[in-house]
Amino acid sequence: MIHSAIHLVLLLVFPPFMLGVINKTKAFFGGRVGPPLLQPYRDLARLMRKGLVFSTTTTWVFRAAPLVTLATVILAGLLIPLGPFSSPVRSFEGDLILFTYLFGLARFFTTAAALDTGSAFEGMGAAREVTFACLSEPALFFGFLVLIKLSGSFALATMLHGPWQAPWTTAAAPLVLVGVGFFVILLAENCRIPVDDPNTHLELTMIHEVMVLDHSGPLFGVILYAASIKLFVLGSLFLHIALPFKSCHPAVDWLVILGEMTGLAVAVGSVESVMARLQMRHVPTLLIGAVLFCAFGFFLLLR
Amino acid sequence: MQVLLDPALILVLLLNLFALGNSRITSVIRIVGFQGAVLGLMPLIVHGHLGAMPFLVAAATVCLKGIVIPWMLLRAMREAQIRREMEPLIGFVPSMVLATLGTGLALAFARQLPLAPAHLGPLLVPASLSTVFSGFILLTTRFKAISQVVGYLMLENGIFIFGMLLVEAMPLLVELGVLLDLFVGVFVITIIVNQIQAAFSSMDTRKLSSIKEQT
Repeated sequence: MIHSAIHLVLLLVFPPFMLGVINKTKAFFGGRVGPPLLQPYRDLARLMRKGLVFSTTTTWVFRAAPLVTLATVILAGLLIPLGPFSSPVRSFEGDLILFTYLFGLARFFTTAAALDTGSAFEGMGAAREVTFACLSEPALFFGFLVLIKLSGSFALATMLHGPWQAPWTTAAAPLVLVGVGFFVILLAENCRIPVDDPNTHLELTMIHEVMVLDHSGPLFGVILYAASIKLFVLGSLFLHIALPFKSCHPAVDWLVILGEMTGLAVAVGSVESVMARLQMRHVPTLLIGAVLFCAFGFFLLLR
Repeated sequence: MQVLLDPALILVLLLNLFALGNSRITSVIRIVGFQGAVLGLMPLIVHGHLGAMPFLVAAATVCLKGIVIPWMLLRAMREAQIRREMEPLIGFVPSMVLATLGTGLALAFARQLPLAPAHLGPLLVPASLSTVFSGFILLTTRFKAISQVVGYLMLENGIFIFGMLLVEAMPLLVELGVLLDLFVGVFVITIIVNQIQAAFSSMDTRKLSSIKEQT
């Protein structure tokens, strides 16, 4: 019970801090001081105090989209277990499908809202978003297939806690491959650098940011908040494979989870600092590479 | 040491994918060179004991495949001043997909082969088949002469993996002879590449079909 409460609090409070860590890492690489670590919270508070402006062409879809997105990512966050603990929502057979398509629903509403504004730029962003999603989803499912094959279960909790208990020689190689694939998905789904630049200011090259140009004030704050939660949820999915850790004491485990998440944010920030953004036409190559990595891991297991 | 065999072979298979998906010829040469070096260490892994003969073969292979041949190819490239494979017959992404499918098929096929029980466990046979297949894709679908040489090297790497099955039986002389052949082959090819470059001011092998016998 107490662990579920901690899970919920972490899920709701911690994610913007990861954005702060990413920005701080990027500032460090750039030789700047950078914004304070808690700046994302202040940004969110500032946005929440602002007024709302709606274009006259928009309908209820435009207003509902940020809220639906927030609701779906929080629900997905409740489905996924953190570290060695079980998730607040009891894990059931096949919840990985629900988990994946909660993100699909969020994406549907974001793109629908973008199309709802009738702006050419936003339509372009929506087209790109769904194109790349088409490629990252198979990678995610191939990765899940590997985990299912290793753990013999269709429930997220067993799947994510199970794989490293399989014999080291059979599990190591596929899991490393899936880990790499999931990291690429993490970057692509959260619009981080090799795929999309969250700080860009040129509509022609933006993907995610261009879809939310017309949102203002609190609704924009909700979108930013939902995006940070998405980073947290997919990050915890990745960490289950990359750094599974279980100690004897729950408090230590929670601290380790916090540490791992911060470490992941530093890693993402480092990737953003040392890599240039890929050309738009090369992004599918990267994502197909992720699909192939995960598929390859699956083939190795079929042997 | 046997524990390291499968991870090393998986690394080799991944290098295949990287080589096929890369449009910069220098990177492809480096990748295949690295692959050769990894393979060069394989006799030590397979043998398990560090005798003089496996050590000699490993040292020679690493030197030749990992250092000398890539260096020769990079030098030929620098003189020819080309950077990228522009338009392969099969694109970079489709060739990666093909290679992955090939690997899957190789894994399935290797199970059907009547192998010695000792060779069923490790990935040696599927890795070999898949590397040969990837090398074949590189060799046949790229038009720059240098890329084709790299494809040939990768194909040879695949055959080298297959040779690991016979590592107990194969005499030192044969291994070194194969390496010498490879070295001479690449040596001659780099000279030919320079000649093609001098004659056509391009390294596109399709231009060779315009050569006619003088009557």
